[in-house]
Amino acid sequence: METMPLIEFQNVTKRFGDKTVLDNLNVKIYENQITTIIGKSGTGKSVLLKHIIGLLKPDEGTILFQGKPVNAMKKGEWEKYRSTIAYLFQNNALLDSMTVFENVAFPLQQTTNLSKKEIEKKALKRIEDLELTEAIDKYPSELSGGMQKRVALARALVEDPKIVLFDEPTTGQDPIRKNMILSMITHYRRKFGFTAVMISHDIPDVFFISDRIIILWEGRVGFQGSYEEATTTKIPLIDEFLRSLDGFQDELTGLLSREAFRIHYATMLGGPAKSVAISAAVLNVRLNILQDALGPQPAVEVLKALGEYTNSHFNAIGGFSARYSRDQILTIFPHTSVEEAKELVARFARKLQQGVLDNINGMALAKIDAKESFDIYIRAGVTEVLPNDKIEQIIERAEANQEIIATHRCNCEGSVQ
Amino acid sequence: MEGTGSPRQNNPLALLFPATGRWAIRLVGDLGAIAIFFFLAFVNIFKRKQLHEIVRQVYYIGARSSLIVMLVGLFTGMVLGLQLFYTLVKFGSVGALGSAVSLSLIRELGPVLTAIMITARAGSAMTAEIGILRISEQIDALYSMRIDPVRYLISPRIAASIISFPLLTAFFDLIGIIGGYITGVVLLGTNAGTYFYRVQSSIDMIDVRGGFIKSLVFAVIVSCICCFQGYFCHMRSDGYGAKAVGLSTISAVVLSCVFILVADYAVTSFLM
Repeated sequence: METMPLIEFQNVTKRFGDKTVLDNLNVKIYENQITTIIGKSGTGKSVLLKHIIGLLKPDEGTILFQGKPVNAMKKGEWEKYRSTIAYLFQNNALLDSMTVFENVAFPLQQTTNLSKKEIEKKALKRIEDLELTEAIDKYPSELSGGMQKRVALARALVEDPKIVLFDEPTTGQDPIRKNMILSMITHYRRKFGFTAVMISHDIPDVFFISDRIIILWEGRVGFQGSYEEATTTKIPLIDEFLRSLDGFQDELTGLLSREAFRIHYATMLGGPAKSVAISAAVLNVRLNILQDALGPQPAVEVLKALGEYTNSHFNAIGGFSARYSRDQILTIFPHTSVEEAKELVARFARKLQQGVLDNINGMALAKIDAKESFDIYIRAGVTEVLPNDKIEQIIERAEANQEIIATHRCNCEGSVQ
Repeated sequence: MEGTGSPRQNNPLALLFPATGRWAIRLVGDLGAIAIFFFLAFVNIFKRKQLHEIVRQVYYIGARSSLIVMLVGLFTGMVLGLQLFYTLVKFGSVGALGSAVSLSLIRELGPVLTAIMITARAGSAMTAEIGILRISEQIDALYSMRIDPVRYLISPRIAASIISFPLLTAFFDLIGIIGGYITGVVLLGTNAGTYFYRVQSSIDMIDVRGGFIKSLVFAVIVSCICCFQGYFCHMRSDGYGAKAVGLSTISAVVLSCVFILVADYAVTSFLM
């Protein structure tokens, strides 16, 4: 049975004058997921968010919350629905004449009947949760962009919302701040258990933290599903959107794109008449875990370092590699038996350990105030490539043989060990 | 064929009528919008959690304006004393100086000048503050927090204006009468007893009430126009962002002053 969406748009149309911004839109947002909405400018992303919070009303169609039409709600139900949603504006929209504490306490003062003491207690708790205690008496203009974002998040979370809407949270931010904001969203979503809906142009960074992606195309849904579904679905629109990701991947790791890898594999090795030994190795780094510890940007940097090193090392001995999923690199060794491939991988691991992983500490330093220790594990699985093997079959077998080939303990001046 | 055109195109009056009609329709529409805006804001004055914000606004609009209002009142009274003294001397009626100064102030100059001074000081600030909240999405943020922006931003300002305008007008009148005393009695030598006797005997309750009615009307006009201009500054067609805030502030001050004078005439004609 299909899970009931938390919020569902059914044939929603919105026009501004002659311009149709949302055109018969059908969107599903599920509970406890991070849903990212991407699309070109002017395709109605912000309009969609504003419909969820009630800043705009649809001209046609229905918006359902837990299966119930929002427009048919009575005043009390509507207020209750609204109380479950918080909105994080692109520019934070903090009340600039109020201090951090006043900003965070403000929604409670205005919309609840809590006593002054209770309000103070709740606001202080959120301020503490978001590590803003030192800035409690400061005004927004006295804070850095990242801190302002945290204050906005504290204000949004002070009423314990079920849904938080993020309008382009990372646009215009430098890589370190972008990383911090994305980490913050994933971290606090897990901590407080809210459903996040996010508009972003930061492809592919947002894919690392998103459970579900919605691509808007001229007011309609071009695609909605998981990142994996997006990369395996053959729809020209998705290809157009993800081309930037492919380009990024190539640029990121220096490896072949998946399409190029397929062609390479098919022409050189895929024919049925080949009888020479061929082996394959799958290298893997658990990006999700890495990302939790360091944040998305350093995680990508680690992957980049791994990709570059794999490329330079195996290319020299005739292998060719591609990033086959977010955190997995597939390498094919022509004219190589499994034993030889294992030996090559072992040698690669030793050099990787000495030459590359030691540099990761520098990246780990970008994670501010990290208190948890962690190890980076590089796993590899080697397998034989059989005639007529599909790439997916090779990956599946290699994954079954995976074992840790290199580890690195991050030592971030004592804060990450 | 050259030199021809429809009779309508050649007739300047025919071109004037549609333009006037469009202007009139827009004016009626705007006035209607301001009336609805005022109604919603007024109703929200009586909702809970408003007292604190109203008191704060009374401080900003009222208490903080009192000094400038008293200063203007003092010099207005002094000028009145001076001008009326030399006019009344010509008719041998210097004894009526107290009546002339006090009635001029209480019936007309007090309410009008007080309203114009508050417009310049607090009205422009209202528009600019609300306008900045609008363009920086802080008003949308209030809505997203389930706080009615009209209730939180507009209602307290209208309530505070209704409270402050009559009080400041009373200050203005009082200080103005003292100003008239300074020039008429202290500097020009009119009898002090006669001055105050004339003040007391010529002022009726109807004059005081009329002045207060005017100040209440001006309070509604000024606060509505200034808040409305700031609240909807993002919908201006002649400017965006900071420029829109600037233009709205200019519009608010100019419109408030014009409507104060128009309303002054209308209310006076009703009261007389």
